[in-house]
Amino acid sequence: AYPKRVKVVEVGPRDGLQNEKNVVPTPVKINLINMLSETGLPVIEATSFVSPKWVPQMADHTEVMQGINKLPGISYPVLTPNLKGFQAAVAAGAKEVSIFGAASEQFTRKNINCSIEESLERFDEVMKAARAASIPVRGYVSCVLGCPYEGKISAAKVAEVSKKMYSMGCYEISLGDTIGVGTPGSMKEMLAVVMKEVPVGSLAVHCHDTYGQALANILVALQMGVSVVDASVAGLGGCPYAQGASGNVATEDLVYMLNGLGIHTGVDLQKLMDTGTFICNALNRRTNSKVSQASCRL
Amino acid sequence: MGTVPSALKHCLSYQHLLKEQLWIGEPPAAAHPAQEPQASGLPEYIKIVEVGPRDGLQNEKVIVPTDIKIELINQLSKTGLPAIEVTSFVSSKWVPQMADHKEVMRGIERHPGVQYPVLTPNLQGFHSAIAAGATEVSVFGAASESFSKMNINCSIEESIEKFEEVAKSARNMNIPMRGYVSCALGCPYEGNIVPDKVAEVSKRLYSMGCYEISLGDTIGVGTPGSMKKMLEAVMKEIPLSALAVHCHDTYGQALANILTAIQMGVAVVDSSVAGLGGCPYAKGATGNVATEDVIYMLNGLGINTGVNLYAVMEAGNFICTALNKKTNSKVAQASFNTGTIN
Repeated sequence: AYPKRVKVVEVGPRDGLQNEKNVVPTPVKINLINMLSETGLPVIEATSFVSPKWVPQMADHTEVMQGINKLPGISYPVLTPNLKGFQAAVAAGAKEVSIFGAASEQFTRKNINCSIEESLERFDEVMKAARAASIPVRGYVSCVLGCPYEGKISAAKVAEVSKKMYSMGCYEISLGDTIGVGTPGSMKEMLAVVMKEVPVGSLAVHCHDTYGQALANILVALQMGVSVVDASVAGLGGCPYAQGASGNVATEDLVYMLNGLGIHTGVDLQKLMDTGTFICNALNRRTNSKVSQASCRL
Repeated sequence: MGTVPSALKHCLSYQHLLKEQLWIGEPPAAAHPAQEPQASGLPEYIKIVEVGPRDGLQNEKVIVPTDIKIELINQLSKTGLPAIEVTSFVSSKWVPQMADHKEVMRGIERHPGVQYPVLTPNLQGFHSAIAAGATEVSVFGAASESFSKMNINCSIEESIEKFEEVAKSARNMNIPMRGYVSCALGCPYEGNIVPDKVAEVSKRLYSMGCYEISLGDTIGVGTPGSMKKMLEAVMKEIPLSALAVHCHDTYGQALANILTAIQMGVAVVDSSVAGLGGCPYAKGATGNVATEDVIYMLNGLGINTGVNLYAVMEAGNFICTALNKKTNSKVAQASFNTGTIN
């Protein structure tokens, strides 16, 4: 049995654009988010309050946050890797934030230059401040089905990190197959273990389509009761670990599948495709969404 | 997430990954308990039917020289694939890509334990195929009247009559015959297709002696929802062991649809090396699902296929180089930096 409703979390403007080669001008980012706001998507990850030295694509985070139309009923979470980022985010008007952990020590070291334990201590500061300001926090766990440095990742480790972040106060844990190596087999095994520690209602999956497995992996997650799925319009965002390979699963392809299963998302697929067309033109690139490719009559 | 460029340098290199067979390669001999297919109700073994040389090449724009076709099939014969659809004995006027059917049939190496079926749309094609050495044939029906008329210029009933002639001869000569049903999940002309119609056509093909019925999502519009409904209807008429799914990835749904089918017990899956073969009904869109991507998924589920994924990727690399095109397989794209082996 499948969930009757699925919450689609749109990560294109942040996770998508962050992994695109071309830097996108601020007005284009704002227009992208405004168009996404018209599609019915309930959550749109807007930007990342991280130092522009590390992530130049997100340097305009304050302008983006202040420039977008914030429609009622839609959440616009932003990434905040530390307390400084959190404070900047709140000052810019953010009402929800996200923090990024990982199930791999080496990935954490290479990515944010500290151990998993140290990263959780940093997040704890953010959690405290968020609680004081009544700001909900979403937790991400990267490398849940494999790591570009460590290879195989144990489900127990994923459960351990997820549990810690959930206990710290994250209302939702998004489990990310960061390099897309997972299959329905490893997804099922990992979720079975994580669901012993975190209630399934607080779990989300963030699948990358680098090996073409994303929709099959998402299908299995839905079968196990997960009802929150992350995706990126037009499949924006390549994979930094496999040159030329794709990354995020395309929101259009996800919604097409959910529609076919009779699962309610509230998302207008045509408006979503139009938004994908807009951003691909702006980025001068082809869409990664197969639904979009098939529907284009050009 | 941190800076991108430095990450690539420190990452496990492609060679390292392949050596360790971390993501690619044979599934572990002793399957992890949580991944044991029987525990999850999945088939222990799935037969992969490779349709690249026929369905794949037929839908490629560039005409492929005969020796390249033969080399491709010979490479595929060494991968462990149990069935490779070789060519089509159809008039070269209709399908120029398959004009060299005799030469290909006669030119390929025939590996023991591997089947080499060919398409035979009518009795004439059947005789020609047998004369060229074919030992298995396929016939193509459709669940849509409009598609049947547009594709082979006759009604479903008329096409069944033609196939019955082929079936008679095939039976007399002990030649196994596979039946395909196109438009099982949707038709480019009629739109939605009723599952009972698919079941009806499947039953006609099965009753005339087809040992297996391959249900084709010809335009790739199916989803796990429609796949399930269609299979439920067909499974009332045809035994599960005689069913196969032939999914197109035009809307990115193929692997999810295949997963749904195998969860229902289907144990035969058609696919095309490198995802060869675009969609004639949606310009620029993809068609067949890539064999590499299917095997990657089945390996991850602990399901045995007997196929060496790396060997398939090499065959895919060969044909893409020959066709001067990028592979449609995401596994191949991810494994070889530029989508090809250097």
